Amino acid sequence: MSKSNFSRRGVLKTGMVASAGLALPQYLRADAHAGFTNAPGESEVILGFNVPQTGPYADEGADELRAYELAVEHLNGGGDGGMMPTFSSQALDGTGILGREVKYVTGDTQTKSDAARASARSMIEKDGAVMITGGSSSGVAVAVQALCQEAGIIFMAGLTHSNDTTGKDKRANGFRHFFNSYMSGAALAPVLEAAYGNSRKAYHLTADYNWGYTTEEAVRTSTEAMGWETVNTVLTPLTQTDFSSYIAPVLNSGADVLVLNHYGGNMVNSLTNAVQFGLREAQANGQNFEIVVPLYSRLMAKGAGANVKGIFGSTNWHWSLQDAGSQAFVRSFGTKYGFPPSQAAHTCYVQTLLYADAVTRAGSFNPCAVDEALEDFEFDGLGNGPTLYRGEDHQCFKDVLVVKGKENPDNEFDLLEIVEVTPAAQVTYPADHPQFAGGALGSCNPGA
Amino acid sequence: MDQFILQILNGLDKGSAYALIALGLTLIFGTLGVVNFAHGALFMLGAFVAVTVSRLLTLSHKVVDETRTDFLGNPLQVDVPYIYDLFGQTTGDAIIDWAVPISIVVAIPVMVLIGFAMERGLIKHFYKRPHADQILVTFGLAIVIQEIVKYFYGANPIPTPAPDAFIGSFDFGVILGFDPNQIIYPYWRLVYFFFSVFIIGAVFAFLQFTTFGMVVRAGMADRETVGILGIDIDKRFTVMFGIAAAVAGLAGVMYAPINSPNYHMGMDFLVLSFVVVVVGGMGSLPGAVAAGFMLGVLESFASMSQVIDILPGINQIIIYLVAIIILLTRPRGLMGRKGVMEE
Repeated sequence: MSKSNFSRRGVLKTGMVASAGLALPQYLRADAHAGFTNAPGESEVILGFNVPQTGPYADEGADELRAYELAVEHLNGGGDGGMMPTFSSQALDGTGILGREVKYVTGDTQTKSDAARASARSMIEKDGAVMITGGSSSGVAVAVQALCQEAGIIFMAGLTHSNDTTGKDKRANGFRHFFNSYMSGAALAPVLEAAYGNSRKAYHLTADYNWGYTTEEAVRTSTEAMGWETVNTVLTPLTQTDFSSYIAPVLNSGADVLVLNHYGGNMVNSLTNAVQFGLREAQANGQNFEIVVPLYSRLMAKGAGANVKGIFGSTNWHWSLQDAGSQAFVRSFGTKYGFPPSQAAHTCYVQTLLYADAVTRAGSFNPCAVDEALEDFEFDGLGNGPTLYRGEDHQCFKDVLVVKGKENPDNEFDLLEIVEVTPAAQVTYPADHPQFAGGALGSCNPGA
Repeated sequence: MDQFILQILNGLDKGSAYALIALGLTLIFGTLGVVNFAHGALFMLGAFVAVTVSRLLTLSHKVVDETRTDFLGNPLQVDVPYIYDLFGQTTGDAIIDWAVPISIVVAIPVMVLIGFAMERGLIKHFYKRPHADQILVTFGLAIVIQEIVKYFYGANPIPTPAPDAFIGSFDFGVILGFDPNQIIYPYWRLVYFFFSVFIIGAVFAFLQFTTFGMVVRAGMADRETVGILGIDIDKRFTVMFGIAAAVAGLAGVMYAPINSPNYHMGMDFLVLSFVVVVVGGMGSLPGAVAAGFMLGVLESFASMSQVIDILPGINQIIIYLVAIIILLTRPRGLMGRKGVMEE
């Protein structure tokens, strides 16, 4: 008679432990093996694209997603390679990332911080995404960046312009390629001085949330430094649709410039209302009244139609740039989708390539290795001239475009014209600049 | 003084939109007893009728212009509207320029039909259900309509300008004897105000001076008795639903040049319009109109920087604050009738 070593209790215990192990989220299992969250297997790596697929920025989100799909295609060796041949690093060879085929999952931020965190968490815990990227709002970027820091995941920000993303809310696991409010102010001020002189009185209408505050502060500081006076600053509710009661008092306030610190639907409506109230043709203090929109987006400018004509603003990138990288990207994107990419699409495409390149150069997906590879990384060929990913705050420093609404557009995409390419040196600031005060980068978290 | 007049003018055009939407809401509530949360979607659909008419008028065929290139460097394909082929460029441009006023003619039958379809297809099944069910189903319907519009037109606002003749503004202050630039007011907003007054007047005249309107008013007062007299009041109420939809749609059409339409614009107005209805008194048509204009003007005054400096944040809460005060002092609203929503 043979004696078995298995007792009923032993089998139950073993079964329970095994079940618990299988039920653990994928990232915990990965930790155990590789020392960092969601270590990819040998054949594929999963990236998480977290973009607004519903809500007011859904069109911008759709363009971001197109750019991500294009980047994945290029990383896996498909298409014409886009910006990979123009990218100065040349570490990417079209065989995926470190030989693994790039796959992706998508999440819907809805441009709401809680929804964005939930979709990012789902992509990390259920889908095993090793990097999260995307978004069209600073509130979302800050929220998802903090989540990624806790989870031990790299976050490559999409469109986020508030100083705080790489200021008081910066995180070691987060990186921003997009420019910021300070840079807009620094780039715009000299152009505004040349166009409108240095004795102007500005009236600011500012969206009542984080991005609005930092943009108003940046533009106010830059314009006051060149001699402009700020006569009034008024906060407008984010949910405001009709700005007439805010616009109407501007003309007899003593101001001769209106600065609209608004983005998206707010910008479209406030600019439309300002033009309706005749501000573009008005005279004040013996000068032409002027309107300024610090942050332009071509997709949003389209919504304002002819109202953008002649109005200055700044942008991170524009499809009409003539450098080899921009041209390659526009050709690749335009051939695939039939229209030129937006600045949101550009920054998302570039962020994906930069992440893949950093992993390749580091030889590891470990967030701390990626961190090291991206910090103080200098590159070129991705559309904004020579660029530095500064290690102190994970902010890219590159040329900034000052643009103006085009008077006679050639086609429906030809809404903005580049007035000046402001050199990176002119928009660079010390990491401890007062507009970026507070918060600490901390150290990278691999999630182990 | 000039600021005072300016904010009254601003409030009146804002109030015009509130009043038109609230009028339709009250019509539906007063006749059918339904709390229609999809009414904001009807306002949005009206604006998109203007967008659609504008697109139909600019429907184009491509002509290759070898002298110019597109963003990829290929010969530029220029859009030539079919309307140019039919009427020539000058007349074609004039027709396209007047797309929004033309949309009014299109919007009336379209919105009446949408109203009929909404009432016969869905809302009539909820007449005898609690108000909570009606709110849930109509709110759900509003979201469905929104998403359908977003699917076809995208999420971004779509510019739909007024005719060139009404673009720009005039110096109202000079007319009143003030210095130039004190009271500037856009032409189209003035058009919107007068249009609203006309529509409101037309609805009241219809209810007051026609036999159909008399029966509807009788039905609103005592549905059962009117039914006993052998009048098919349900049929008339369905017609009123169609009229209410058309009023909301026309408000949307004319609003399109003021703010570029987007799929969400109905929701932006819906909550405020409900507050207007409650403040005016549930079921009271004059109450809805009066409250619409009153809250529009108050909202404008609360947005003045001088007021915000004294009471920060007042611009965000003024409407709700006034609603609370009125409902505390007059629980049935400004002109509410006894017994409405009190069972």
